[in-house]
Amino acid sequence: MDATTTGEGNFTAVDGPRLVAALRGVLLADALLHAREDLVPYECDGLSAYRQVPLAVALPHDEAQLVAALKVCREHGAPVVARGAGTGLSGGAMPHARGVVVSLARFNRILRVDPLGRTAVVQPGVRNLAISEAAAPHGLYYAPDPSSQIACTIGGNVAENSGGVHCLKYGLTVHNVLRVRAVTLDGEALELGSAALDAPGFDLLALIHGSEGLLAVITEITVRLTPRPETAQVVMAAFDDAGRAAGSVAHIIAAGIIPAGLEMMDRKAVEAVEPFVHAGYPLDAEAILLCEADGTPEEVADEIAGVQEVMATSGAQDMWVSRSEAERLRFWAGRKAAFPAAGRVSPDYYCMDGTIPRRRLAEMLGAIAQMEKKHALRCMNVFHAGDGNLHPLILYDANLPGELERAEAFGAEILELSVALGGTITGEHGVGIEKIDQMCVQFAGPELEAFHRIKAAFDPAGLLNPGKAVPTLHRCAEFGRMHVHRGELKFPDLERF
Amino acid sequence: MDEHVERELTERIQAAAGSRTPLRIRGGGTKDFYGLALEGDILDTRGCRGIVAYEPTELFVTARAGTRLEDIERALAEHGQMLAFEPPHFGAAATVGGCVASGLSGPRRASAGAVRDFVLGVKLVDGHGQILRFGGQVMKNVAGYDVSRLMAGALGTLGLLLEVTLKVLPRPAAERTLRLEMPEDQALAALNRWAGQPLPISGSCVFGQEVMIRLSGAAAAVAKARESLGGELVSDGPAFWEELREQRLGFFGDGVPLWRLSLPSTTPPLGFPGEQLIEWGGALRWLHTWDRADRIRDAAVRAGGHATLFRGGGEEERRVIGVFQPLPTALADLHRRLKQTFDPAGILNRHRMYEAW
Ligand SMILES: Cc1cc2nc3c(=O)[nH]c(=O)nc-3n(C[C@H](O)[C@H](O)[C@H](O)COP(=O)(O)OP(=O)(O)OC[C@H]3O[C@@H](n4cnc5c(N)ncnc54)[C@H](O)[C@@H]3O)c2cc1C
Repeated sequence: MDATTTGEGNFTAVDGPRLVAALRGVLLADALLHAREDLVPYECDGLSAYRQVPLAVALPHDEAQLVAALKVCREHGAPVVARGAGTGLSGGAMPHARGVVVSLARFNRILRVDPLGRTAVVQPGVRNLAISEAAAPHGLYYAPDPSSQIACTIGGNVAENSGGVHCLKYGLTVHNVLRVRAVTLDGEALELGSAALDAPGFDLLALIHGSEGLLAVITEITVRLTPRPETAQVVMAAFDDAGRAAGSVAHIIAAGIIPAGLEMMDRKAVEAVEPFVHAGYPLDAEAILLCEADGTPEEVADEIAGVQEVMATSGAQDMWVSRSEAERLRFWAGRKAAFPAAGRVSPDYYCMDGTIPRRRLAEMLGAIAQMEKKHALRCMNVFHAGDGNLHPLILYDANLPGELERAEAFGAEILELSVALGGTITGEHGVGIEKIDQMCVQFAGPELEAFHRIKAAFDPAGLLNPGKAVPTLHRCAEFGRMHVHRGELKFPDLERF
Repeated sequence: MDEHVERELTERIQAAAGSRTPLRIRGGGTKDFYGLALEGDILDTRGCRGIVAYEPTELFVTARAGTRLEDIERALAEHGQMLAFEPPHFGAAATVGGCVASGLSGPRRASAGAVRDFVLGVKLVDGHGQILRFGGQVMKNVAGYDVSRLMAGALGTLGLLLEVTLKVLPRPAAERTLRLEMPEDQALAALNRWAGQPLPISGSCVFGQEVMIRLSGAAAAVAKARESLGGELVSDGPAFWEELREQRLGFFGDGVPLWRLSLPSTTPPLGFPGEQLIEWGGALRWLHTWDRADRIRDAAVRAGGHATLFRGGGEEERRVIGVFQPLPTALADLHRRLKQTFDPAGILNRHRMYEAW
């Protein structure tokens, strides 16, 4: 996909060879890639259907080199795409054809762990899990735990405001970061937030979370560490009706319980996962719920009893409580393997990320079942049920003519229904390039204009990740028409999912 | 009727933008003391009131900005829920709009989070006189920049809030207050050590040799923590935390300028002359002192935090030294540009945050 043709900035004037030569002048030899074969590994992120080779990849070692590289890009009017581990699922780190990818891979040091103050100062390229590993000797950990935590970076987590299975109780990335240092395209270093619990002025720390690399490049992060709970236990419950499972989720919350995790899988997800992981999931259930309690042994015992009681009265057919740490992990293993399992039962799958009010879960599931018929594709459902965040996995085969387009239309329909039900098109994966058209469904012109003005306040030249996250009004106008004549693509020359 | 009120407010902003007449957004006026200056004609938000939606099982409440904080908290209490950031009211007239705009949180902040952590969505009128909606009613939402949270603590300088949606939480099943005795340095060390353990501490206050601790959570966990921390059980705990939150304790009343120092919780005792009260496990220090502003601010910055002249000081003095910690140049420029995007005519709560705008 070539963003130079999408109406989001025109960068055809960028002179590739001169840009590379100028970058060579400010970066060490090992910090610059420009040969085609070296660039290919950077052509996409976790959303591999969208690919684009950049002009160059910069791998600065420190902030001074980063600033120097940004200056060159500014002088050449070249777009800049920051990149962490490239596990993003919305194409946020997909390169720009006329631009430079700035990889933060070498910003990979944990600078300080302060056990007494319960904070860690880390560089953005540090992997999420590595922070918890460094904090573990002190009985502390970094709470947000995206399923990709072995690989994804904390810089990427801030840029996407990532969540995890435990964010119902422990919050998203934005709730667990105290301070971000970032440099603007003009090379200006900004300290957002502070080592204390707040900072003077506007809450720019909140604004940088989920900004998808459009406002500034993050170079250092202070995270809050949380005491590791003494113990944890999971209840697994089987339901013969997905609507009843969804109802049970609401009842748990209504009973005043905020579990550490509350996940739901439908029959199709269970059937895909079980033969592969042997988690012990019941194959005859329409839906299962996994509900985790953590805390002191007394707290956990109380909460598990409470959850079981609610589940029983709200229609659970069967319940199992983990009796050991090994069994708890086994219960979770199935949920965590949902994506790979989808990859086993189908050549391709497309993961959606809408969030809806919990009480609409059953309605959404019913609608998805209808859409399966309409688009003649199967969809397995895993949900962060506790916070209404859905991950329907649409199964398709890109080699069969038309399946790709049907999967995309299916996905778009789910996202648009999410908005109609009072929710959002993305709960944690970001808009990137993938959901840019659905932004036109969620937001009206004045809000989109406000977003563009905010971006301009940080990045007046419009060079940081252009064409992502916030659509131009022009694009929305085009999409509006595209939307009406469904199936007739407006840009037939564009590579589409 | 609501649409009528909204239209009226919007039209006033449009007119003021046209004539560049400053407007002073005001709810109950309970936080008039907070900030640098009050300039312009009053734009009263209280015509715009009422709970729009409250779904206990969805854990959110949506209310119009002029709704009294008290009314919201009462509605939540009926369902065993609360605003977990425990906002100070500073008077019965306090509105939810003022609560979000001032960005102030109470004793539970260190454990539960601040106002901004609970803001899910807003509807606002910007300085162009346009109605804008950001965020929504769901817990997880990363579509577009998080403008909703940006409004928390912006003191109305970026827009008039019409409606806010806040996440709510269940009230804890059990709550106990303990009193212990130890000197300040030991108290700071103990509070930080305890915060690193899985203890259900939901409030702390150090004054002189006295340390008050609140425990909240499951009954069993509270009982166990109460045993391991020792100290003496206080019977009128809830009243104490309310007095603290509302700044009605004797400490807060003495006419000496009151500084709010937000610091890393491990910062050693600062040693300024004057009385001090510590909250948030060491991360919030209230200081009554006549000491010089620059000395206080330098100490706060050296420690990694910042200092606000919360109450007191003469009008002229406040103007000279500023209420909020001055921003470094790059950040100050960015603030000016953001203010410009939301309120190009510079009419909304002019000079309330900084002298420059
Ligand atoms: C198997 C799998 C499971 C996943 N599970 C979850 C999950 O449970 N929850 C969840 O929220 N997400 C999940 N994700 C999505 C993804 O892992 C997260 O979005 C993650 O935060 C991306 O981090 P990254 O380092 O890979 O960032 P990248 O993909 O490299 O980049 C993501 C975005 O951040 C920007 N960016 C990266 N670094 C910086 C920086 N230093 N400064 C400025 N901008 C920057 C990029 O430009 C891009 O827009 C999953 C992905 C996979 C593949």
